[in-house]
Amino acid sequence: MIRFLLLFSRQGKLRLQKWFTAISEREKKKIIRDMTTMVLARQPRTCNFLHWKDLKIIYKRYASLYFCLAIENQENELIALEVIHRYVELLDKYFGNVCELDIIFNFEKAYFILDEFLIGGEIQETSKQIVNRAIEASDMLQEGDSSEWFEVELFG
Amino acid sequence: MSDVVEKTLTALPGLLSLDSQSTKLSSTSKLGNLIRGITELTSKHEEEKLIQRELTSIKEQVSSPNTSMRQMKELMVRAIYCEMLGYEASFSYIHAIKLAQQGTALEKRVGYLAVSLFLNESHELLLLLVNTVLKDLQSTNLIEVCMALTVVSQMFPKDMIPAILPLVEEKLNHPKEIIRRKAVLALYKFYLIAPNQVQHIHNKFRKALCDKDPGVMTASLHIYLQMIQENPEGYKDLTTSFVTILKQVVGGKLPMDFNYHSVPAPWLQIQLLRILLFCSTIFLCRDVAALCIHCVSLFFYCIQPLSSFPAILYESAKCIGNFVLSLKINLKYLGLKALTYVVQQHPKLALQHQMTIIECLDHPDLIIKRETLELLFRITNAQNVSVIVEKMLEFLPFLKIMLCCCIIYTLFIVLILFSYEEYTYAPDNEWFIETMSTVFSVGGDMMQPDIPNSFLKLLSEGFDSVEEDRKLRLFAVDSYVSLLQGEPGKLPQRFLQVISWVLGEYSYLREELEAATVLRLLAKLLDMKSTSSETKSWVLMAMTKLCEGGAGVSVTQEVCETYGSSLDTVLRQRAQELQHLSQDCELRARVLPRGAGLEPLEVDSSLSFLDGFVSEALAAGAAPYKAPHQRQEELAQAKALSLEPYGLSLPISMSSCSIADRQSPTLLSVSSGLSGDSPDLSHKGGSTTLKLDGVKRVWGREGYLSEREPVEESAHVEVPSPLQSPSQQGEADSSQSQTLTPIPTPQPEQEKQQLASSLFVGLGSQSSVCLMGKSESTTQRFRRKAKGTVSSSGASEQISNSLASTPSTANHLLCNNLLDSNITSDLAVSSLEQTSQLSQGPAAANGICDVELTGSDMSETSPTLIRDNGVVAADPAPHEDPDKLKDLCLRTHLPAEFSGLCHSEITPLCTNQTLDFSACHLQKEDSLALVAFIYNCILMFCSFQVSCVCDSPVQEARSHSVAVCQYSLTVKRPSVHVEVVGTASYQFPAGTPHSAQFSYKLPLTSFIRPLTVSTEEYGAMWLDFSHDTKQKLTLISDGQEPLTDTLNVLKKKLQLHVVEIIGMEGIVACRLLRDQPCLMHCRLHAGTLSVWLRSPVPDLPDCLMYHCQRALQEH
Repeated sequence: MIRFLLLFSRQGKLRLQKWFTAISEREKKKIIRDMTTMVLARQPRTCNFLHWKDLKIIYKRYASLYFCLAIENQENELIALEVIHRYVELLDKYFGNVCELDIIFNFEKAYFILDEFLIGGEIQETSKQIVNRAIEASDMLQEGDSSEWFEVELFG
Repeated sequence: MSDVVEKTLTALPGLLSLDSQSTKLSSTSKLGNLIRGITELTSKHEEEKLIQRELTSIKEQVSSPNTSMRQMKELMVRAIYCEMLGYEASFSYIHAIKLAQQGTALEKRVGYLAVSLFLNESHELLLLLVNTVLKDLQSTNLIEVCMALTVVSQMFPKDMIPAILPLVEEKLNHPKEIIRRKAVLALYKFYLIAPNQVQHIHNKFRKALCDKDPGVMTASLHIYLQMIQENPEGYKDLTTSFVTILKQVVGGKLPMDFNYHSVPAPWLQIQLLRILLFCSTIFLCRDVAALCIHCVSLFFYCIQPLSSFPAILYESAKCIGNFVLSLKINLKYLGLKALTYVVQQHPKLALQHQMTIIECLDHPDLIIKRETLELLFRITNAQNVSVIVEKMLEFLPFLKIMLCCCIIYTLFIVLILFSYEEYTYAPDNEWFIETMSTVFSVGGDMMQPDIPNSFLKLLSEGFDSVEEDRKLRLFAVDSYVSLLQGEPGKLPQRFLQVISWVLGEYSYLREELEAATVLRLLAKLLDMKSTSSETKSWVLMAMTKLCEGGAGVSVTQEVCETYGSSLDTVLRQRAQELQHLSQDCELRARVLPRGAGLEPLEVDSSLSFLDGFVSEALAAGAAPYKAPHQRQEELAQAKALSLEPYGLSLPISMSSCSIADRQSPTLLSVSSGLSGDSPDLSHKGGSTTLKLDGVKRVWGREGYLSEREPVEESAHVEVPSPLQSPSQQGEADSSQSQTLTPIPTPQPEQEKQQLASSLFVGLGSQSSVCLMGKSESTTQRFRRKAKGTVSSSGASEQISNSLASTPSTANHLLCNNLLDSNITSDLAVSSLEQTSQLSQGPAAANGICDVELTGSDMSETSPTLIRDNGVVAADPAPHEDPDKLKDLCLRTHLPAEFSGLCHSEITPLCTNQTLDFSACHLQKEDSLALVAFIYNCILMFCSFQVSCVCDSPVQEARSHSVAVCQYSLTVKRPSVHVEVVGTASYQFPAGTPHSAQFSYKLPLTSFIRPLTVSTEEYGAMWLDFSHDTKQKLTLISDGQEPLTDTLNVLKKKLQLHVVEIIGMEGIVACRLLRDQPCLMHCRLHAGTLSVWLRSPVPDLPDCLMYHCQRALQEH
C-alpha cells in the first residue's frame, strides 16, 4: 500500500501532498521536512530508493519537480517508480506538456487526476484512456448542466 | 478517446473555452495573485504575514451569507493552498463539507476534494458528510455517484458504514464499469477498516472478480490479496482462476491501453503474482513458475519471493546476476537486495559476483553501500569476519546522520563479534579489544546501553581458558590506560564508563602498573567538564576498588573532599563509600573482594532488613513511603486545596497543631473535624473543591489502614531490582540470550543448539542467528530479530538505568549470569513455560497466531492404547481400508478424561506417506482442549515433535501407532476465526528430519462460555466496559415471542447466558475463555433486534456480533 505522495520543488516547496493513511498534522510536517531534506540531498546518478523508518521512499525528479512516494516494506520499488511515471504521464496528457507551473496554479486538477489513478493507497486504474475520460467527464460538467448525453458519450 | 473529446469540443465550445480559460488565465485569479505574491516574497516571516492576512480574508468571506457557491469554491481552493503551505485553516473544514453538500457539479467536486484533503477518517466532522454521501449515492447523475464513491473509498467513519453499505453494494451491479469499480474499491476500504461488516458480501466479490471489465476485476484483487493474506487456505479454489487471469494478461489478452510501455498491465501482473504467492505454494509451484519466467513480473517483482521457489531458482539467479551487473543504478540496488535475500539459502550465488560486490562497497551512493554491507553481513564467517568488520567500521561515521542505522550496524558488529563460538571467531585478543574500542568511540553515546553491558559481561565471565581470559583482560587494561593517557576528553561517555569499570576491576593484573597511576588517571576524568555525573559515579566506583593505601591516598582524599559535598546524591554516596572503604581495608576486602566478579551477590530486593526500621518509624507517626510519581500525582491533584493524606495519617493528637503551622485555617477545621474518621466524610465537611480521588485512604472505618501499604511499596520497589518475578525473569532471559552472551558453563555445541531451539522454536522470527546457524534466517526473520534485540535491550536498559550506579549494574550482570545457569540446570522444568511466555511476542507480530497455548500437556500414548494399537496393527483390516476406520480408530484414542465430552469432528490436518496428522477440539467448561493425533503410517519407528506456539516434547511413535497430544487453548486477541498454526517435525532413526506445517481453524464460538451474573452485577459491569458495537439483527419471528425465541437460539448456538428478559428488552452475558466478559443488550425495534455488545476486550464485540448474525441467519 502506498502511504503518501509528495510533490515538491527543488527549493523544497511543497506542491502537492496526498496522505493515504490518517496522520496527525504534526507528524505530517515532520515527514515533509524529512523527505525534502533527504531527497534533496541526494546526488545525481544515485539510486531512487531510500529507507525511512519502516517505509521505502521512492523518488524521481522531473525537471524542477520531485515526486516522492512512500510505500510499505513488502511492496516493490520498481513498480512504485512506474507508478510515479504513470502519474506524470497522466498529468502530461491532461495539461499537455505539463510543467511545474501547471501544477502550482491548477493543483486541484492534479488532485482530481490523482484521485482517479490512486485511491486509498492502491492503484485504481492504470489505463491512461480511462482515467482521462473520467476526468474530462467531470470537467465538462458545469453548473446547472446535467444533460444526460455527456455521460452517455463520455462513459460509453 | 480523442474522438470523444473532439465531439465534445465541437459541441460545447463555450464551455470548453471557459474551462481552458480557467486553466490559462488563472494567473489573474485570486489564487494566482496569492501564489505570485508568495513567490515574490523573500523571507519566511513575510510569507507568514501574507498567509495570515489571506486566511483572515478567506475566513470573513466564507462565513458571510452572501458568498455564492462559486466563490466558495474559489475560497476553498485557496484554503487548500494555505494548508499545503503548512498553515492551519481549520475554520474552513465545515465549509468544505457544506460545499460538498450544497454545491453542484464542479463546486461539489472541489468540496469533496477539500474534505478529503482536510479531514482524516477519525475526524469528527466527517459524520456530517454522511448524509451528503447518501444523497449523492442515490443521485441519477453518474458523476455525483462517482464523487461520492471516491470520497467513501478514501475515508469514511467506521460506525457509519452500515448506513451506506446497502447503497454501495447495489452499485456492484451498476451498468457502468467505472461505478462498479469504485464500488468495489469502497468495499475494499470497508473491508480494511471493518472486516466484519462486509463478511456477508463475499460472494459478490467473486462476481466482481469475474467481471467482464478488467478494471473492476483488478479492483477486486485488492480485496482478495487482503483476504488471502489473512487466510491462505480459504481461497484455494480460486487459485486456478488467478492463474488463468495471469496467463491471459501475460498472453496479451487485455485491451491495448492497459499496456505500459508495451508491457501488458504490469501492475495487474504483480498483484496476481502476490496473491498467488500467498496461496498454497505447493500447489502453484510448477505452473506459476513456468509462467513467471515468461512474464515480466520476474523482472519487476524483484525476485525476492520468487526465489523461494526452487523451480525457478536458476532463472532468478540469472536475473539477479543481470540486475547486479546492470549499469542502471536502480537495478543494481534491487539486484543487491535480491542477492542478500537469496544468499542465505544459496551462499554460492554470491561468489560469482564477488568483484561487483567489492565495487559496490566503494560506490559513491550511500544507499548502495548500505545494501552491500548488509549483504556482506550475511556471508560473514570465521575467515572473513575481520575484513567485513573493518568495512563496516569504515562506514560507521557516515551513519551518524542516520541514527537508527548506526545503532543497527553497531549491533551487527557486536553480534558478529559475540556470535558463534563466541570470540574464538575474532582472530585475536588485540584485534578484539581494538575493534571494540573503535566501536565504542565511533558509535559513542548513540549506542544501545546494552552493548557495553554485554561487552563487560563477556570480559568478566571470560571463556573456556583462564589464561586466555587473563590475556584479554590484561590487554584491555593496557589499551585503556594508554587511551586515558592520550586525550580522554574526546571519548564518549559510554566508553569512559567501560574503561573505568575495566580498570577498576582488572588493573591489578598488570603488576608493574601502580594503583596510584590509575587513580590519578581516573581522577583526571572527574575533573573534565564534559564528564557526565553518571560517568563520574562509575569512575568513583572504580576508584573505590583501587584505593589501597600507599601513594593513592592523597588522590582519593582529594576526590572525597570534592565530591563529598556534591549536590548529586549518587555522587555524594559514592564519595562517602570511597572515603570509608579507603580507610578500612578489612571492610573493603569483604565488600569488594578482588576478582570475585562471578560470585552472585545476594541482594535483598524486598529490603526486608528495613522492616524493623519502617515499622518503628510508622509507630512513631511517620507517614508511609510514597513513590515519587505517586507524590507528584497527589501534588497535582491537590493543587486547588492541598489536603495531603500526610496530614490525615498523623496521629490524632498531632494533627491539629502540625497542620496549623503549614496550612490554611479552612483546612485546619476540616482535618481536625474528621481526624480519625473516613476521608469520605471530608466531602460533607470540607469545601466543595476537595479532590480526594487519587488520595490514598489511610484511615478506614476500622481504623488505621497503613499497615498494608509499606508492603505494597516494597513490592513496588522490587520491580527494577535484579531479582525479578518469574515473568520478568523470562524477559531478562530472552534479552540475554538475544544479546548473545555466552553461556558460562562449557557445553557441547549440540546441547547449546538444543537449548536454543527449545527456547526459541516458538519464537520463529527471533530465533537467534548465531546459535542456530546463519543459513536458517531469512530476511524477514533477520529484520525482526534485529528489532527484537533492540526492544529487548531497551527493556534491559530500563533495568540498568533504574539502577543507575556501577555496582548495581555489575549486580545486574551477575544476576543474569545466575539466571543463565538456572536455565541450564532447570531446563527440563522451565523451558516449556518460558517458551510459552516468549512466544507471545511473535504471535502478535505475525498476526496469525491468536491463540496462546497454555501449558502443553503431552500424553505419551498410554499403555492401553498401545495395546489397542497392537491389535489394530496386527489386524489386516485397517490396512486395507484405513480411511473408513481411521476416524473411529482415532476416536478411541481420545484421552480418557475427555470421554464424557462431545468433541468436534476429527479433521485431518496434513497427510503424507509417513504421517497422518489430525486433530479435534473439545469444549470443556473452563477451557478448550485441542487434541492432536499423529498416526504413523509406515512400518518404522519414528520420533517427532509438534510445535504450535509452544513446543511439545519429542515423542516417539511406533509404526502404525497413534500418539496423542493435547493442548489447552485460550484466546489472546479475539477474531472471528481462531487459527492454530504449527509445525510437526519428525524424524526417523538415522533419517533426515522432516517437518509438516498445519493449521487448525476453529470459530470464536468454541471459546465462548455462559457467564452467570445477576441483573445488578450486569448493570455495574455494563458501565465499566469501553468497547462496544451496535447492530441490527434479523429476528426469528415464527413463534409467539420473537425476543425469547431469538435469544434462545443464540443461547443454544453460542452458549450465552440469558440474564433477564423485561418486556421488549433482554440482557445476555457470556465470557470468552477464560475470564473476559462480554455483555449483550437486545431490544426489539421495528421488527428487528437491535443488539448492543459491550466488553472490556477490543474486537470481542465485533467478532461476537458476527457470530450472532451468522447464528440467526443459519437458523
